[in-house]
Amino acid sequence: MTAVGDSPNGAYGRVRRKEDARFVRGRGTFVDDIQLPGMLYGAVLRSPLAHARIVSVDTLAAEAHPKVAAVITGETLAGMGLAWMPTLSRDVQAVLATDKVRFQGQEVAFVVARDRYSARDALELIGVEYEPLPAVIDATRALGPGAPVIRDDIAGRTGNHIFDWEAGDRAATDAVFAAADVVVAQDMLYPRSHPAPLETCGVVADMDKVTGKLTIWCTSQAPHAHRTLYAMFLGLPEHKIRVVSPDIGGGFGSKVPVYPAYVCAIIGSQITGRPVKWVEDRSENLMSTTFARDYHMHGEIAATRDGTVQGLRVRVLADHGAFNGTAQPTKFPAGFFGVFTGSYDLRAAHCQVTGVYTNKAPGGVAYSCSFRVTEAVYLVERMMDLLAREIGADPAQLRLKNLLRPEQFPYRTPTGWEYDSGDYARTLRVALDAADYPALRREQAERRERGELMGIGVSFFTEAVGAGPRKHMDILGLGMADGADLRVHPTGKAVLGVSCQTQGQGHETTFAQIVAAELGLSPDDVEVVHGDTDRTPFGLGTYGSRSTPVSGAAAAVAARMVRERARIVAAAMLEASADDLEWANGRWQVRGDPEQGRTIAEIAMAAHSSLELPDGVQGHLDAAAVYDPPNLTYPYGAYICVVDVDPGTGAVTVRRFIAVDDCGVRINPMIVEGQIHRGLADGVGMALMQAIAFDTDGNCLGGSFMDYLLPTSMECPSWELRETVTPCPHHPIGAKGVGESATVGSPAAVVNAVMDALAPLGVRHADMPLTPANVWSAIQGNPLRTDLAVT
Amino acid sequence: MQITVSVNGDAYTQEVEPRLLLIHFLRDELRLTGSHWGCDTSNCGACVVWLDETPVKSCTVLAAMVDGHRVRTVEGLESGGRLDPVQEGFARCHGLQCGFCTPGMMLTARWLLDHNPDPSADEIREALSGQVCRCTGYENIVRSVLWAAKNDIAERPSGGDLDATAEADSGVRQ
Repeated sequence: MTAVGDSPNGAYGRVRRKEDARFVRGRGTFVDDIQLPGMLYGAVLRSPLAHARIVSVDTLAAEAHPKVAAVITGETLAGMGLAWMPTLSRDVQAVLATDKVRFQGQEVAFVVARDRYSARDALELIGVEYEPLPAVIDATRALGPGAPVIRDDIAGRTGNHIFDWEAGDRAATDAVFAAADVVVAQDMLYPRSHPAPLETCGVVADMDKVTGKLTIWCTSQAPHAHRTLYAMFLGLPEHKIRVVSPDIGGGFGSKVPVYPAYVCAIIGSQITGRPVKWVEDRSENLMSTTFARDYHMHGEIAATRDGTVQGLRVRVLADHGAFNGTAQPTKFPAGFFGVFTGSYDLRAAHCQVTGVYTNKAPGGVAYSCSFRVTEAVYLVERMMDLLAREIGADPAQLRLKNLLRPEQFPYRTPTGWEYDSGDYARTLRVALDAADYPALRREQAERRERGELMGIGVSFFTEAVGAGPRKHMDILGLGMADGADLRVHPTGKAVLGVSCQTQGQGHETTFAQIVAAELGLSPDDVEVVHGDTDRTPFGLGTYGSRSTPVSGAAAAVAARMVRERARIVAAAMLEASADDLEWANGRWQVRGDPEQGRTIAEIAMAAHSSLELPDGVQGHLDAAAVYDPPNLTYPYGAYICVVDVDPGTGAVTVRRFIAVDDCGVRINPMIVEGQIHRGLADGVGMALMQAIAFDTDGNCLGGSFMDYLLPTSMECPSWELRETVTPCPHHPIGAKGVGESATVGSPAAVVNAVMDALAPLGVRHADMPLTPANVWSAIQGNPLRTDLAVT
Repeated sequence: MQITVSVNGDAYTQEVEPRLLLIHFLRDELRLTGSHWGCDTSNCGACVVWLDETPVKSCTVLAAMVDGHRVRTVEGLESGGRLDPVQEGFARCHGLQCGFCTPGMMLTARWLLDHNPDPSADEIREALSGQVCRCTGYENIVRSVLWAAKNDIAERPSGGDLDATAEADSGVRQ
């Protein structure tokens, strides 16, 4: 990497990632790579039942195991007042069960032993007597009369209803629907899935009893938020807690919450006085850590006969599992589902979301969903296709007719979101051109003549990311602003500290490029520090595509503060007035006399020297910024998927996938494209393979990679990417965020393509995942219910 | 029980429990943490190492089974301070993001190129189909292996420098 930037374009670009030097040598440091002297290993005993009363827990035999150091139960924790912990949605969650177990895989006991195998051995020595209770798995049944009450721990609770939330104008929407030429309705399930990062969750907790300092190495996407939560929950002083996120093997939202076993490892370290490591296995990961989606949706779309969309009406039953543990801003219990009007110009819209408890694992916001924009985009994009079919319109043309126009921005949606910028039709046209859409339609017609099932699916999405403005958005009372510290050493090398936490997104490179561009440095000269709460400023971490929109902005603002301070020092060096200096060619120079100039490196040395400085500058160039976003950012894109369906087996092959993303300014296009590739694979996986189903007793049917299928190199096509660039008008460098765009936008394109393929057979809708069995059943007229398997 | 095994050319003789998995032997006993554990069921391939000349999933191989054999891990890809072209390819073509699947992917890719020096993209996809990456959508992994194939010849003792053309094609500044 030799690029030196004297302008954003000089430092931005396809530079190689700083991270890769260690990763290609196998020298990353993931949590399970950490081995401390005297370290013990934890293991969790989990409930085999989805709903049962705990009669007794017998730990005597386990405690007698020669290699066991401690056995912790719900009773142990209750004695410390720690049996229940707060969730990110102001509910509580059992750390270790005391009264009942409420989902299969729930934490019941925690063993600390000398090695990981012995810890597992000891689990088998714990005797738990359960009194089974009827489980409720179906969200509709959970609200019905006679459903077992899951959360009888909450005084006065007599049912499983959690919340009702609505957005939009119900009366205006009803009026639009009453007068509409065409109304199309569809029930659809966005099935429960799991992000399944390749590295599972884990922790090493080390309580130093002498200093009182607790150090927690953890797979956390939000180390600062974790530190504050531990301080509040455990009653420890926050300055004595250090949370370190080392290298993280993917997160996708599943590593945002504090999980019960993290707390158990901390308690285990407190009890034993030694470091305790806990790393979950794959089944634990899939069965107990936060799931995603599980939205049962009823959508209705109203339009004129000629295809002008007028209104959208949606009802959602949101299955939140046994504890309401979704991670989203407090005022948004359904996340940002309120953006369900998508990218279209319509008159009225209304949605109502009802949250419900079931005997399933808690969670609900994870898996690159941008706080449920994924569900919203899927809903509106399926409804657009169903409308197109109803009125005999081409789905691409129907979208072009209804997309928001550039002159409408900033655009206030019927549900109150202010989209900041966009030229949607242009982006869709780029996609249609790249795909050669007319040729695809001609090919499809020819194949249909021959009885072949080829489908073309279009989707268009508008994301809402970069949460968010503090006055509207907080998590557990913590406003969603993020900090950046920038230190410039005397020789002009810089260290940037940020609160966000990479899990593979390449922050160490991208953020160095941001600072380098602002200061005329090489990205090689900027070291990015993240993931260590003792070394970085406070902020809420990386999820919801918020790193570049929030922390990236903070980094740019801090760099500009450094640059302004440097201007004053440069003026003293050049014996000129600061007002006479201009920033050009990566340095401060005298306006009209470009020979007279100083680089940041020269200025930094002077700022640390004995040079007499003007009033207002004490020395050094360091700066710290906190960025409170004025609005969300709204990346968007147009996706086209081409599939072939085998009519005999129902197997779907994704032949082509064209993705045109507009994420504003691209700092490192190579990294941006990599992020998009990932999300497109998610789309193929969710649409065709991935779902966590349950049987009626509450047994999880997706508890291993043999049952929960992920896309491999064989299911993914070679992605075809294009771009448009519409800078975000309110972001310091015009960037919008991109990490989740493709996950949000692509599932609808795949499903629309499969439904398009099946159209000649009269198939209108089938829920994800479109497995061969599901597609084959749909062809027979009976698409499967993909959330439940009847035993 | 006692086993003797050569790992990346270094000989080790260790006492192990008969039930100890190879992945845990490598990671916990030898502290070679480049190989990762991801699933327990031989589905993800994060734990792929070579047993003698063949890639295996070390989460389903017992340490006892490698007694008297040779094991090669990601730590054994680099030689003489130079990256293997496969490692170089992954770094140049953005073939990794979080880095967790990468060691296993690279070891399988190295095996493929040793047996098929000029594979097609489809052959690469087939060779890696037993391994899961959650970050890249596989596109850049395929490109990385293609890059390595193109530059493997140049890497051999009689060859010249790494191919600068492929680098220019990718548009990535080095």
